[in-house]
Order: sequence, then structure tokens, then C-alpha cells
Amino acid sequence: MSEQNNSHVTKAKSAASALIARLARERPTRPGESYGVPGSGDTMVLSLVTIGILLFVWWLITTMGWVKPLFIPSPQSVVAKFISVWKEGFTGTPLWMHILISAERVFGAFLLACAIGIPLGLAMGMSPLIRGIFDPPIEFYRPIPPLAYLPLMIIWFGIGETSKVLLIFLSVFAPVALGARAGVRSAAIEQIHAAYSFGATRWQVLRHIILPAAMPEILTAMRIGIGFGWTTLVAAEMVAATKGIGYMVLSASQFLQTAVVIMGIIVIACIAYLFDMLMRLIERKVVPWKGKM
Amino acid sequence: MSLLIENATVVYPGVDGRLPTEALQQINLTMGDGDFVVVIGASGCGKSTLLNLIAGFLAPTEGRIMLDGVTVEGPGADRSVVFQKHALLPWLNVRDNIEFGLMLQGHAKGDRNKVANRFIELLGLNGFENSPVYALSGGMQQRVGIGRALTCDPKLLLMDEPLGALDALTREKAQELILRLWHDTGKSVFFITHSVEEALFMGTKLVVMSPRPGRITHEFKLSFSKQFLDGSRARSVKASPEFIKIREEVLAIIFADEGAT
Repeated sequence: MSEQNNSHVTKAKSAASALIARLARERPTRPGESYGVPGSGDTMVLSLVTIGILLFVWWLITTMGWVKPLFIPSPQSVVAKFISVWKEGFTGTPLWMHILISAERVFGAFLLACAIGIPLGLAMGMSPLIRGIFDPPIEFYRPIPPLAYLPLMIIWFGIGETSKVLLIFLSVFAPVALGARAGVRSAAIEQIHAAYSFGATRWQVLRHIILPAAMPEILTAMRIGIGFGWTTLVAAEMVAATKGIGYMVLSASQFLQTAVVIMGIIVIACIAYLFDMLMRLIERKVVPWKGKM
Repeated sequence: MSLLIENATVVYPGVDGRLPTEALQQINLTMGDGDFVVVIGASGCGKSTLLNLIAGFLAPTEGRIMLDGVTVEGPGADRSVVFQKHALLPWLNVRDNIEFGLMLQGHAKGDRNKVANRFIELLGLNGFENSPVYALSGGMQQRVGIGRALTCDPKLLLMDEPLGALDALTREKAQELILRLWHDTGKSVFFITHSVEEALFMGTKLVVMSPRPGRITHEFKLSFSKQFLDGSRARSVKASPEFIKIREEVLAIIFADEGAT
């Protein structure tokens, strides 16, 4: 009896390892592909399946009553909450207004961070003088979590819009500035020499070689930066906010309205994702040559 | 155009406890109008350093470089450089790359077009004016680079292994193209290569350099390019007994350098 059991276990084990071996196996390429490219292959189907499974598990554990709605409300109730908040609003403010106000804070801070961070980053890349001056403060504050200096923002700038936008601004500014600074190094020295050998001025080299060559890195830095912006939004709306999607999530959590919390999180994720898609589209339009030369 | 290099010495300072390197030692070289000077030598003999001196990217530690009686003190539009690779601008199309130098110099769009059209024609790039440069083959990219250098009508064309990254067949065609351009435009060319055959075929003067310290060891007067321009086929020039004789002679010099180090 026990021997039989053992053989079952062994069979199951060998079946499992065979499956793993098959998944990990390198297969010869088909025409048009190249052999051994790390991580090649389409993931669309798998991603959709993963999302489907997650939704299903969510639905299953809530419908079967395995988890109380206080901890995880059902998907249906989150959708219902979305509709009711959309129609009737949350704490007297319609959902679109919450979204709009948060988007204004994040994109306002983002645009400001780009307008200052990109030129400053480029200047830091171009000039040891400017790099020497601005490198220490940026590197000092960059790794600090925004929540840690939020109290300072409030002491200095009060509880109004300024400290909220400034907090998000600071979280976006560092990655954007450092990305632009690193981007300065993207131009090949041959490209720079070619321009100088045509009699280019320093300014022309910056405008016609350094800046376009840095565009891929700048766009990537912008994508990373806006991500930090959304991450910081909830922290920024922790203090004395009466509107905004982050405020909605925080205040719903205090009243244990878990459905609103989850709905708010999904809304933030969707907006951030849509904007990231937009940035990738812009990337393809602006730097179609990225990685090609 | 007259180029005069007088006792040019370049010493790279020693970094991290290494000894200073003498990249070039007492280089003397003259170049006259319409000359096609080819420089050859083992890796590390200072060929590119010499080109950088003439281009004005590098200042000599000692000695001087004079172009038409004026000391070279930096890069300038009278000396255009063609690089081996990485020098085209992928965000511009073929035409805008060729017009790049003229654009920097502030020429009007109409004038730029006119000049560029001539070189697009000469270089056989018709029909590709609006293509992105990264979509072109290596040979075509190099023709764009040559066109870009020529549009600004430089006194001296500096070519740093321009054909080094091309396949053998494309390379031979590009050699013929460059010789014809040189003949038609009357430009002076300073040309670096690793290929002895290319050096002998193209140059009016061959300069052989030797490493550690980088210095000129031999100079040869050449006339094989004239045979080609007078109508001989390139391959028959390169296969002629006198060509092979001097080719082996130069190769022996270079191999002797390699053996000595």
C-alpha cells in the first residue's frame, strides 16, 4: 500500500518536472525570430488570463462568504459603489470632481517638475558647475519618502494647495531631473564632434545633438516620474483635503467603507495606466529611432 | 589648401598610477592642395590621435598644426570629419542629415536643398531622401556621412576609417566612389585605414606609422589611384605586379612593428 503511494508521488513529481522542463525549454526559432533572445514571446494572452483568474478568485471568495465584506467586498458591490458614487457623489462631491481635482494636482505638479527638472537636469549634465551645486540637495532628498517630509511641507506652506502640489512636485522632480542629466550622455561623441567640425556653437550642439539624443531617456524619466506622482497623491491628500481621489480613499477607510477604498484604488490605477499608455504612444511618435542606432 | 604639421607631440598624462603615454612623437607632415594622404599602421600607433589634432579636437603637447598659415586652435568648418560609425543623427532623415552642416551655418532652406540635391545625386542616394538613416544599409549610411561632410565645402576632408565597418564588396565600391568624388571636387583628403590594399589604391601619399611611441616611419608616393581614374579597372590595378610588390613591402613593415612589441 505504502509502496503504491510512493510510486504515485514519484509519478506526480516526474510529471511536474517534465512540465517545468517543457516550459523552460529553448525551442528552435521560427523564421523571422532570432534564437535565444531573453524573454521573447507575446504575453497578452497570459496577462488577460491572470486578470481573469484574479477577478474570479475575488468573486469566488466573496460569494462563498469565505471573507467578510468588511475586509474584501464583492466585485459586484465595488462596481455598484462606483455607479452610486458617480451618480450621487462621495461626501457631497461627485466622483468626476474628485478625479479632476486629483488629476489637476498630479499633472500640475508633473508639468511643473518637467518644466524645471528637464532644463536643470540637462544643465547639470552639461556643466560641472551646475552639477556641483544641485547634485547634493537632489541626492539628499531623493531617497526620503515623501511622507517623512510632509510635516515640514505643512509647517512651511500650510495646509492649502501649495503643500499638496509641492509634495507631488518633489516626488516627480528628482527622477525627471536625474533622467535628463543621464540623457546628456546619450549622444555619441562622434555626433558631437561632427557638429563641432561644421563650426557649431556650444548652444547648437546642445539644441541639435544633446537634446534630441537625450529624448528617449527624458521620456522614460517622465514615465517614471508620473508614477511617483500618483504614488505620492494619497500622502498629499492626507492633510486637510476635502476633495480628491486620495482623500476619498482615506476618508472611506476611516468609515470602514472598504468598497469605496478598493474602487478608489482601481480608479487611480486605471488613470495611471491610461496615462502610461499615452506616454508610450508619444514615445513611439517622438523617438521612433530609439535603440536603432 | 596647405597643411603643415611641425614636431607635433602628444603625451597623455598617466592616470591611476600608470605612466604617461607618448601617443605621438615628433610628427612632421605636409599636405598640399588636392593631396590624398593615407595613414596606416598597427592599432595604437596614434592614427586617430593625429586626425584629432588636425580636426582641432585635441591640442598638441608640443609642436603646432598650421592650416593655410594659421595655427589650428579648435574644430572648424574648413575641416569636415567622416567617422567610422555612430556619427549620423537618427532623428533626422537622409536629406536633413546631409544638410545638417549647412543648417548649423545658417544657410536658407532653398540653398541647402540645392547643395544637398547635388550630393544626393553624386552619391546615388536618390529616392532615399526621406528615409530614416537607421533604415539604411551600412554602405548607404556611410555615403550619407560623406555627403554631409562635403556639403559644407571644406578645404580638407578628414576620414577616420570611414570604410572599416563595411563588408568587402561594399567597401571596394565605396573606395571607387570616394576616389571619383575626390577627383571631381578636387578636395584634399586625409584618410585613415587598416587595409594596406585600400591605402595603396586610394592615396597619393602613404604614411606608415609605428606604435609606442606613435611616429611616422615611412612615406611613399603613390599613383595607383591615377591609373584607376585614367580608366583602369580597380581590380586590375590592385592585382598588378607593382601593386603587389609594394603591398608586401608595406605589410612587412607593419608586421615587423607587431613583432617588435
